Amino acid sequence: MSAPARDRLRHDDGPVAFSSTAAPASLPARILAQARLEAGTALRNGEQLLVTLVLPLLALLGVHVTGLLDTPGRSGVDVAAPGVLALAVMSSAFTSTAIATGFERRYDVLAALATTPLGTAGLVLGKALAVLAQLAVQVVVIGGVALALGWSPALSGILPGLVTVGTGAVAFTALALLLAGTARPEATLAAANLLWVLFGALGGTVFPPRWDWIGLLPSGALGEGLRTAFIDGTWDLGALAVLLVWSAAGVLLCLKLFRWRP
Amino acid sequence: MPSVALTSDVPSAEPALRLHDVQRTLGRGRRRTAVLHGVDLTARRGTVTVLLGPNGAGKSTTLAICHGTDRPDGGTVRVFGRDPWRAGADLRARVGVMWQDGGLPPSLSARRFVEHVGRLHRDPIPARDLFERLDLTSCADRGIRRLSGGQRQRVALAAALIGRPDLLFLDEPTAGLDPQTRPLVLDVVREQTERGAAVVLTTHLLDDAERLADDVAILADGRIVRRGTLAELTRIGAGDVVDVDFGDADPRTVAAWAEDPHAAVQVRLGQDGTTARVVGVDSPAAMAAVAAGWASHDLFPRRWDRASQRLEAVLEEVSR
Repeated sequence: MSAPARDRLRHDDGPVAFSSTAAPASLPARILAQARLEAGTALRNGEQLLVTLVLPLLALLGVHVTGLLDTPGRSGVDVAAPGVLALAVMSSAFTSTAIATGFERRYDVLAALATTPLGTAGLVLGKALAVLAQLAVQVVVIGGVALALGWSPALSGILPGLVTVGTGAVAFTALALLLAGTARPEATLAAANLLWVLFGALGGTVFPPRWDWIGLLPSGALGEGLRTAFIDGTWDLGALAVLLVWSAAGVLLCLKLFRWRP
Repeated sequence: MPSVALTSDVPSAEPALRLHDVQRTLGRGRRRTAVLHGVDLTARRGTVTVLLGPNGAGKSTTLAICHGTDRPDGGTVRVFGRDPWRAGADLRARVGVMWQDGGLPPSLSARRFVEHVGRLHRDPIPARDLFERLDLTSCADRGIRRLSGGQRQRVALAAALIGRPDLLFLDEPTAGLDPQTRPLVLDVVREQTERGAAVVLTTHLLDDAERLADDVAILADGRIVRRGTLAELTRIGAGDVVDVDFGDADPRTVAAWAEDPHAAVQVRLGQDGTTARVVGVDSPAAMAAVAAGWASHDLFPRRWDRASQRLEAVLEEVSR
């Protein structure tokens, strides 16, 4: 190296020879780490478990015990089980995600993680994977209890049912992030719980919708899509289209409106 | 050819951080206010750059723009020659950020969170070693919401350090630390420059700034109003100023000396009446004349100092 270049190095570079060893973990490792942290926290948190598992199971048992949805020739659990699965999807993808993200935003945890190698994309993908993990637990537990209560789903409906669960999860996760990334955490907490109750009771989730327009709500589309799949064993393409539109709208609005810091 | 290989080192002469003419306006509509109007800042590797300035001067906005969580409306920002707003994981892995009162999830334990941040890096420092170095071992398994402010500060520092970063942004790293842990944190920050990292930090504690800073930049009303090495900033004029502290001398005697006619120098009395600044002491003869004046009033100062002024005085001057 020439003397001027060396002097320049010394001047700008400080006295220490510099070679960086800092490097990120691989992208899958980063996403998996984030998903494990989030799913682990959610599955250990009592309040979240109440919303994601206990209340949906109580709804299932309530409908079963009261015979509210029983019709001649068909057990009420066949109607209730897909609706309770829809309720469970909303609890993990929407309510749980919105509340957790809202408080992470308030404590600058989102911004802090965004400056690590995880980044914003890794954070969103990690959250999505955590929701999928929670969904898997919910489907197994709620589906298992429903089967024990006498649920007989149409076998040809399993694939359409799982696709509908996945699409509904995308739509509700996007809406959760939209809420958490724009409102104050207290408002997010209130809205996420209130909307879950309203969607669950009146939004065409547990009970089949009374009016057609409810099928245009993400809750109604998810409930109807799952009932069509597990009762009739067929695809409800209309419901899927509605969920896809909500997903696209949620993602686009998130990209435009989401604020990492309050 | 070895010379070719060696000259390829020269691009590393690029400073770790370079901001040029950075502008930022926040808020909407009528509440739109310019927060930064043309900030220039560099941080050299192996040095500590201290960013000083009153509350609301734009320090946090500047830091957010440096680590890519905010985007400037104008000007350029380069971290190791690249734009932090578009930074990929490989650049973010080289940057460690410590947030002021935040960035920590209150429901997790310190260990769980710091180990998690470590998993995002390829070759993290073992969390156990960091906890030991930062005196956190005994509280590492406690939930973050149950830690004291000073413990949280050190957990945030551990999370910033775990990826062996080449550039560190520390927002008020010593705020709220007790007297036992402050020197520990100062030592750990200094160690980072010894291994070649660049450190940019903000602080309100001028003692800490004077102990740590290689370079100082003073931000006021969204502009860098002073910038240089600590020595450059605290040197006064041509070294012709002497600060005197008369200790427990009688303020009336000090005032009597100050009111004497002084031929070559000016005397400015401090507000407490027992300190003074003498300006124009430009030779040993002038110093001897000043000392003769003290002798005629039987004044024997506790100390006097012509080397430099304190950062506090520089800040006062800037905010005037």
